[in-house]
Amino acid sequence: MRRITTWLLSTVSALVLLFSYHTSTSSTTSGVVALGDATTGGAASTQDPTADAATESDSTDTSEPTPTGSSSSGSSSSGSGTSGDPTDGTFTGDAVMTRFGAVQVEITVHGGEITESAVTQVPWSDRKDQQINSYAVPILNQEAVQAQSAGIDMVSGATYTSEGYIQSLQSAIDQANL
Amino acid sequence: MITAEIPVTPAAPPPPVLARRAWVEHVMGTAVSIHVRAVEPTRPDLEAAVARAYAHLRRVDEVLSTWRADSHLLRLQHGETDEAHAWVSDVAELSLEAESRTDGLFRAWRSRPGGRTVFDPTGLVKGWAVAGAGAHLDVVPEIAWSIGAGGDVAVGVGPGPSAAAPSWRIGIADPRQPGRVADVVTLRRGAVATSGAAERGGHVVDPRTGTPVRRSGSVTVVGPDLTWADIWATAAWVDQGTARRLMAARDPQYRLIAL
Repeated sequence: MRRITTWLLSTVSALVLLFSYHTSTSSTTSGVVALGDATTGGAASTQDPTADAATESDSTDTSEPTPTGSSSSGSSSSGSGTSGDPTDGTFTGDAVMTRFGAVQVEITVHGGEITESAVTQVPWSDRKDQQINSYAVPILNQEAVQAQSAGIDMVSGATYTSEGYIQSLQSAIDQANL
Repeated sequence: MITAEIPVTPAAPPPPVLARRAWVEHVMGTAVSIHVRAVEPTRPDLEAAVARAYAHLRRVDEVLSTWRADSHLLRLQHGETDEAHAWVSDVAELSLEAESRTDGLFRAWRSRPGGRTVFDPTGLVKGWAVAGAGAHLDVVPEIAWSIGAGGDVAVGVGPGPSAAAPSWRIGIADPRQPGRVADVVTLRRGAVATSGAAERGGHVVDPRTGTPVRRSGSVTVVGPDLTWADIWATAAWVDQGTARRLMAARDPQYRLIAL
């Protein structure tokens, strides 16, 4: 993972350096972003962890569609950079038993970021469950990720009902501890 | 409250490794989560206390629900009975106290169009009930507990060496971005209550005008007791400026977070 990150970082920072020359003349906002990333990327490319890789893959995404004369060369090189990324792909998690039934999630990773999450298995015990799950579970995934990263034990918020609980952040935390 | 901290010396044994266990039950129209940290969270006395905490909440619902036609409160109001659990008068008394302490920003009695006045203590029953459920966990030795009840949170520590007791990180839901946390409060003992429009739109009525409070955002009150944190949060949702001023003067151990 570390090697992949370093590799990704060096590719991205090289790309960003390439970009910063063109974009800084045509668009002020992307110019600033690219310049900032070029300096941090250059300094951190040897040892810095995933946090930088994430922001930098963001910045290539934003600078990619800049309508400049250099866009053709830019998109083609960034395309080769991301398509060759060994962390890209679609991953299916194990089915997890929750108190509502079995849940299985599939995520799509692109450029080191989760770009899509889909639920491949949800509990369908009755019609109400079905209704709730169809929109609740995908939201729950993102919430679960966020709750874990923040290390939250309980959530205080405006009152929710039993139905509202299922898609609440509290529910994601509870499921991690049940 | 004075908490005696045991001074940590270099020879002190390492703190015990605490495991965590969670329960969820649907009661009072919402989901109530109980989390406990203990060296051995499968202890029978601990399980029994959690069961008592849930039983307490179910009993409160039987007595004071405004949704269940068979609750003592509604049967009393509909003239179907003259007898009621003592909790009905306890909560009525608490409602009166809340009304005077908040200068009427909290009010459990409201006039219906027909000129009839109804007693609806919903605004404080949940906080009061969860505080009562927490009392069942507060007597269990060497545990840390937290209860989350549909957005209101109470946490505490059972008897035992307090230096080893962990604190809980309570996220305050971002009222503008569902599923996001806007702020975090770290507590070992105490309560966090939030009022807002995020989940059940406009369910708090301004007692001065009789109209629902329509506003975005939320207000959170952090303090020692969930009963009063809940009351002050409701009052602050009605009128943040006044509630903040009253709280500082009358209940200075509570603080307000407005989002």
